[in-house]
Amino acid sequence: MSIVTAIGHGPGNGPAVRPLRRARGGAYLLLAPGLAYLGLFFVVPVVALLVTSLYVPVPGGEVGQFQPAFEWGNYVDALSTYWPQLMRSFLYAVIATVAALLIGYPMAYAIAVRARGKPFLQGMLLVLVIAPFFTSFILRTIAWKQILADESFVVAALRALALLPPDGRLTATAIAVVSGLTYNFLPFMTLPIYASLERLDVRMIEAGQDLYASGPTTFRRVTLPLSMPGVVSGTLLTFIPASGDFVNSVLLGNTTTTMIGQVIDSRFFKVSDYPTAAALSVVLMVAILALVTAYVRRSGTEELL
Amino acid sequence: MNGTGRLRIGDALIPVFAALAFLYLLVPIAYTVAFSFNDAGRTNLIWRGFTLDNWADPCGAPQVCAALVNSLKVGSIATVVSTILGTLIALALVRYRFRGRALANLLIFLPMSTPEVVLGAALLAQFLSLRINPGFGTVVIAHIMFCISFVVVTVKARVAGLDPKLEEAAADLYASSWQAFWRVTFPLLVPGILAAALLAFSLSFDDFIITNFNSGNFTTFPKFVYVSATRGIPPQANVIGSAMFAIALLLVVGVQVFTAARRRRR
Repeated sequence: MSIVTAIGHGPGNGPAVRPLRRARGGAYLLLAPGLAYLGLFFVVPVVALLVTSLYVPVPGGEVGQFQPAFEWGNYVDALSTYWPQLMRSFLYAVIATVAALLIGYPMAYAIAVRARGKPFLQGMLLVLVIAPFFTSFILRTIAWKQILADESFVVAALRALALLPPDGRLTATAIAVVSGLTYNFLPFMTLPIYASLERLDVRMIEAGQDLYASGPTTFRRVTLPLSMPGVVSGTLLTFIPASGDFVNSVLLGNTTTTMIGQVIDSRFFKVSDYPTAAALSVVLMVAILALVTAYVRRSGTEELL
Repeated sequence: MNGTGRLRIGDALIPVFAALAFLYLLVPIAYTVAFSFNDAGRTNLIWRGFTLDNWADPCGAPQVCAALVNSLKVGSIATVVSTILGTLIALALVRYRFRGRALANLLIFLPMSTPEVVLGAALLAQFLSLRINPGFGTVVIAHIMFCISFVVVTVKARVAGLDPKLEEAAADLYASSWQAFWRVTFPLLVPGILAAALLAFSLSFDDFIITNFNSGNFTTFPKFVYVSATRGIPPQANVIGSAMFAIALLLVVGVQVFTAARRRRR
């Protein structure tokens, strides 16, 4: 067998060749526990959600009592009532994702390329990106509330620079919500871009410069395309949680910044309107999947995982 | 020639930009840490003066330490189980060609592309229809579920980077495939597995939305903070948040120093 594998993987064959695996059952054995778990606690619940979204109230029953039905009208009602919140969620999520990309890319570049060869600095900077997770993100969102409060230095500075009218506020505004979203999901943008840039061969950049490309041209034609897989997964990992988030809009926003996650949460808990909450969840999930599929197709990096 | 001038501007701009980005990331943490020293009384929103009392008695506020212990328990179980399940899947996906591969990939990808509210609502709908009372168990189930995919992706990147020739060399030296795996492949995978475990733990420890749906009366640390936000968060919560941040930093610095020392010895 060793001879067979040796021939099969001679030096000319390149790294794409995988070792021969005769026992195919091995793969299923490795997959079975994890995929069974996901089947039981992801697929089945999503199906349960679909079923719940078609329920109707029990006639003459109490609040929160529903019976199985095929009431597709739930979707029409939910969408016509909560269309603005749904659109607002996507709008906020898109702005936050673009902002996080603009902030996260230079960060990832500094860690992956500039700090290359300095393992200690690189490690420290990476930890600073991840460590905020350990200070609960709710605590940090409340810190934002304090930072953006009327008497804070940020507001004072913006007023002094006339970027904000003298009586302008940031508390309970859309700006506060979007900046909170950007902040909270920034690590999810930075880390995948870092992973892509870390594998980047610096000689490619040097080659671009040797061919008289300017800095920006080299970036546009060499660095950015090579880091695209990281940019794609970073934008997805930021956009998806941001569009479903409600913590930022609850803590930093007001009644005109309500996002769809907040509606789903309150339909579920405050009014026990399970079918509407379920219908909105299904709509959110399907819309995101459609957007993600279109985005991944367009950016041409199908090998995401 | 023309390019070098601009390049220099770019060279200087990147560190400045990155420094500003880090500032953005760290200012709220500085606030959190500063307010852990606030002589706050009940509501910790306005600065009232410096004190060490909160640090001297981090469990002084009712329930705050119980919530922390709950989070650590959930995080540990979720990390261990999701790391094992996810690593097995990653090994299968990279090293085997099999029928249903695309389906398996999709099943890993979907939980990551579903917002937390939807995951939380879906699981709660299932628990309610099975008449299972939400609590510690349901939170652990939910956390394992959303951590698995992230473990798979992290470990997969590492497995894909391994040279299969190493394992073949072991086979050529008459190692059984079991020995080759445990003596050669597994040690090389350890850093990737540890990174995945760290990611799983931090995701679990910081999760609020899914937990909020599936926890009933059970309270984790983020849930404690969120619930108390309406009537004022006790400064002890800031102490715990700051301490966790410091511990994470120190742990990684320790590992860095340790590996650097080992590298030098070689």
